[in-house]
Amino acid sequence: MRAYLPDYNLRAPRSLADALDLMAREPGVWRAFAGGTDLMVLLEFGALQHKNFLSIRHLPELRGIEITPEHVTLGALTTYTHIQRDADVRREFPLLGAAGRETGGIAIQNRGTLGGNVVNASPAADSPPALLVYDAQLELVSASGARWIDYRNFHTGYKQMDMRPDELLRRIRLPRATGDLKTYYRKVGTRKAQAISKICFAAGARLASDGRIKDARLGLGSVAPTVLRCARTEDVLRDRTPDEATIKAACAMLVEEIAPIDDMRSTAQYRARVAANLLADFLVNLKK
Amino acid sequence: MTDSGLKVDVACTVNGARQTLRVHPLARLLDVLREDLGLTGTKEGCGEGECGACSVLVDGELVNSCLVPVLQVEGAEIKTIEGVSARGAELHAVQQAFIECGGAQCGICTPGMVLAAVSLLANIPQPTDADIRNGLAGNLCRCTGYMKIFDAVVRACERAGVKA
Ligand SMILES: Cc1cc2nc3c(=O)[nH]c(=O)nc-3n(C[C@H](O)[C@H](O)[C@H](O)COP(=O)(O)OP(=O)(O)OC[C@H]3O[C@@H](n4cnc5c(N)ncnc54)[C@H](O)[C@@H]3O)c2cc1C
Ligand code: FES
Ligand code: FES
Repeated sequence: MRAYLPDYNLRAPRSLADALDLMAREPGVWRAFAGGTDLMVLLEFGALQHKNFLSIRHLPELRGIEITPEHVTLGALTTYTHIQRDADVRREFPLLGAAGRETGGIAIQNRGTLGGNVVNASPAADSPPALLVYDAQLELVSASGARWIDYRNFHTGYKQMDMRPDELLRRIRLPRATGDLKTYYRKVGTRKAQAISKICFAAGARLASDGRIKDARLGLGSVAPTVLRCARTEDVLRDRTPDEATIKAACAMLVEEIAPIDDMRSTAQYRARVAANLLADFLVNLKK
Repeated sequence: MTDSGLKVDVACTVNGARQTLRVHPLARLLDVLREDLGLTGTKEGCGEGECGACSVLVDGELVNSCLVPVLQVEGAEIKTIEGVSARGAELHAVQQAFIECGGAQCGICTPGMVLAAVSLLANIPQPTDADIRNGLAGNLCRCTGYMKIFDAVVRACERAGVKA
């Protein structure tokens, strides 16, 4: 059933400082409201437990894309449409472009934000696997200051994360020099638009001149309680050539490393099988 | 629907007319348009962002009005199906093409389809077939089987071709 609106509140703080101030004075009371594409669905179904929200959509400190020699830094309010319109981001971080193109339909891409996708913390979200492959870092800000953390350490359990109730996600930073990283992105869903992933697979690797794999990075969605960087499978791949034996060993490790479940979208067995197939496809194509 | 204690003033422009709305900040733009402003051309299908029947343009961008809390349209310019053709003027090329190609049956998806198509042509004046499919992928239709809608968008492009 639809929520009873008078129980809820949404305010638009005048500035980031005002928002952080309020969140520090009344910790846990106020939560961010960005594009609303996750929150409004919960509200409509009477499933939104939290009651008081701060609209952050208009705050310039959380907007924009900044490029320095070392990093590309995306404001938390960067939408999927912003990513697709930015030729530099698309060229240097093609996995992020691919994820954006396959997220929702145009109206969702116009409204949904990268920050919302990260903090909503769905294990089935489609951009986080790409962010994991690019070694993204998050800037969390509060009235008492700012801190940067590695995104791969952000999700600590199902919908659990390393973020205090008085903190906002301000920016997402991606180290550059991804030029020679060969990348691969596959979202497997029931249809192209709108469908939530049965499994999402993002990967990158470099091949040394002797044909050995350097720097393999695997980011998967919908295979565990959180999106997952598959470090043990990456270890199996390190310094080996992507031949049949390597592929077999890596696929076996991947199936062991992930922990998929049965749900209304798919089964654990299907997810494990497809994850391994996608890894094999990535590795076979690495040589081409 | 928007009868609540906590109300705020939200100023915005709807189809060219300035409005100051007294509304609950989390009221859906969809309900405010339909119930407070009587603009019932915008439809509700799913209420969860899946079907696109509630599509409108906010500052020129296609959005699902069922997912937009009205507080977030403060200062914005909104265009609904009622404002797609200038008042008293001819139909928009997209609307005309929908009529000619039989792009509407029951009509529930039509306002949203038209706005998605208008937005597509504004961003990509000469879309490929794939662009058209992608541009309409967030809009569901239970009646037409989509081909006539697709044909209508192709015809609207041909017609607007000179402008592109
Ligand atoms: C029809 C439909 C299709 C969708 N398809 C996809 C899809 O294909 N792939 C996919 O991954 N997702 C999909 N989504 C989910 C959603 O669109 C994305 O997760 C989106 O990126 C959420 O961003 P938002 O700004 O709308 O978040 P909001 O709804 O505003 O917020 C989501 C959560 O994040 C928190 N939050 C937001 N921003 C911040 C911040 N800066 N700091 C701290 N907390 C913050 C909020 O408090 C809330 O808990 C879909 C949703 C719908 C309705
Ligand atoms: S009613 Fe808004 S998308 Fe279906
Ligand atoms: S014409 Fe009936 S839903 Fe499209």
